[in-house]
Amino acid sequence: MNTPSNTMHESPLDAREIAPAVLSATRPFYWSVRRELWENRSIYIAPLAAGAVYLFAFLISLIWLPHHRIRGFSALDPAQQHEAITQPYDFAAGLFMATAMIVGVFYCLEALHGERRDRSILFWKSLPVSDVTTVLSKASIPYVVLPLLTVGLTVATQFIMLLLASAVLSAQGMSVANYWAQVSWFQMSLMLFYHLLTVHVLGHAPFYAWFLLVSAWARRAAILWAFLPPIAIMVVEKIAFNTTYFANMLGDALSGGTEAVPFPGRMPIDPGMQLTPGHFLLSPGLWIGLAITAAFLFAAVRLRRNREPI
Amino acid sequence: MACIEARGLRKAFGTTIALDGINLRVEEGRILGLIGPNGAGKTTALNAILGLTPYQGELRVLGRDPWTEREQLMRDVCFISDIAVLPRWIRVAQLLEYVAGVHPRFDRAKAEGFLAKTNIQRGSKVRELSKGMVTQLHLALVMAIDARLLVLDEPTLGLDILYRKQFYDSLLNDYYDRSRTIVVTTHQVEEIQNVLTDVMFMDRGRIVFSCSMEEVESRYAEVMVRPEQIAAAQKLRPIEERQLLGRGIMLFDLSQNQLDRTQLDRPQLDRAQLAALGEVRTPSIADLFVAVVGNHAGQATAAPKGAAR
Repeated sequence: MNTPSNTMHESPLDAREIAPAVLSATRPFYWSVRRELWENRSIYIAPLAAGAVYLFAFLISLIWLPHHRIRGFSALDPAQQHEAITQPYDFAAGLFMATAMIVGVFYCLEALHGERRDRSILFWKSLPVSDVTTVLSKASIPYVVLPLLTVGLTVATQFIMLLLASAVLSAQGMSVANYWAQVSWFQMSLMLFYHLLTVHVLGHAPFYAWFLLVSAWARRAAILWAFLPPIAIMVVEKIAFNTTYFANMLGDALSGGTEAVPFPGRMPIDPGMQLTPGHFLLSPGLWIGLAITAAFLFAAVRLRRNREPI
Repeated sequence: MACIEARGLRKAFGTTIALDGINLRVEEGRILGLIGPNGAGKTTALNAILGLTPYQGELRVLGRDPWTEREQLMRDVCFISDIAVLPRWIRVAQLLEYVAGVHPRFDRAKAEGFLAKTNIQRGSKVRELSKGMVTQLHLALVMAIDARLLVLDEPTLGLDILYRKQFYDSLLNDYYDRSRTIVVTTHQVEEIQNVLTDVMFMDRGRIVFSCSMEEVESRYAEVMVRPEQIAAAQKLRPIEERQLLGRGIMLFDLSQNQLDRTQLDRPQLDRAQLAALGEVRTPSIADLFVAVVGNHAGQATAAPKGAAR
């Protein structure tokens, strides 16, 4: 389509624009992520609210602690003692992870659907921000923002719990040192980070990419399009072949494959757990999942470029 | 370099042909009005120009292919596509911050200056603003961008008369500087008649009329024919004839183009001849539209007759 004269016209123009283009490559991305946080305040409000409610409940349990737990505590064996002490901490981590997953799923389903529904996509497309930048900035919410928020809030909440418990214990004249040794807050935080990175970011990546794809594609009821086709595949497979490979595959990916967790709230932050990062990185499931993620995101970019407002 | 250049631009939605091989050239510094009935293909043409829709044929906007280079093109092109596109959840201050963040040619102080002349509060959300204020806000953003092409698709739809007047006034006074190009579509043709430098009529995916405003003034004449002159006037073959309050109003083509006249079998006319028939004036774009598009399509349903007054 290019006539020679056009090409000649363009080259000096492009040369002039390369420098600012490179300089400002990250700026549209940064502002697009901020824009997402302005629009979807539930991304941080929901985990904050969950944390506040949990801390409140924990505080009440501490007030009741001297009356209930302590009496039978010394009768327990060390393993049981350890579990009794760390359980609330595991539970706090699990609560933040579950909140982040729910927020992430609903965010992704809405991300590329809402802008077409309210026609604001026409405004966003009137600005020099590419579809790739837009889709990646939206994908960064479940892949970067929510996991970091989860780590930050969990660590902060667990630290506050530790301080509250220490205050109550010392008021009762009991040993704080033993309690801190049992909780091992720092190790717990490292384990949490590892778990979030392997299971929630890398392991769950295809799921969020699928939700983004559906939200770019569906004209309405994105939530149904997101969940019904996988369920249909499972049902058809079960009836036709009486197998459950697809369901098992989804289940494996959801639970994190080789870094699997028997119980979501329990294991990720147990300092005694064996980490196998080498094994994890070499598992084909991880790389297949990441390839699927890339394909879904690519399709979402193409769809955003082609789709018109609803 | 032409601002917009299209050759054989085609676009079909299924079996419906929205653009039927359009050839178009818009020079820099023009204000082009794209007029046409609903479904004529105006918005499709603008969407192709803005890189919002794929197309067949050749199209260059400021030397770029809009479909493959939308992101770069949007540094030099602004558009107000309809008044309802600003996101309703965003605050005015956030909007300014965001556009300043992503647009290299946005002058925030300028936008703040335009907003200071309105009643729009920095802390308000778009959903809290009236329709007119949303348009003022969008216009303030767009006018603060140092763009080379501004595309307006029904920018004043649903606004009251004060806002509509103000919209085009500020566009001409505070924005247009003869180096920028503006393309506008609207159904409120009368309001932009004095703003335009060029006018183009579209019907059923084709451009059926394209003319500069000076040419419209020199080429077309509307005559309020005195009752006793009606028969004489009809002999001169008006391109359009209608009745208004009992008086015959006829539209004449004074084209000097020999080819045109022989094709249409029309006599050579001059203004003196017409002045003898009654009061002569320049026709409104709306009347011209009815004459051109109505005749062209062989039907008169394109626009309501006599709606221009």
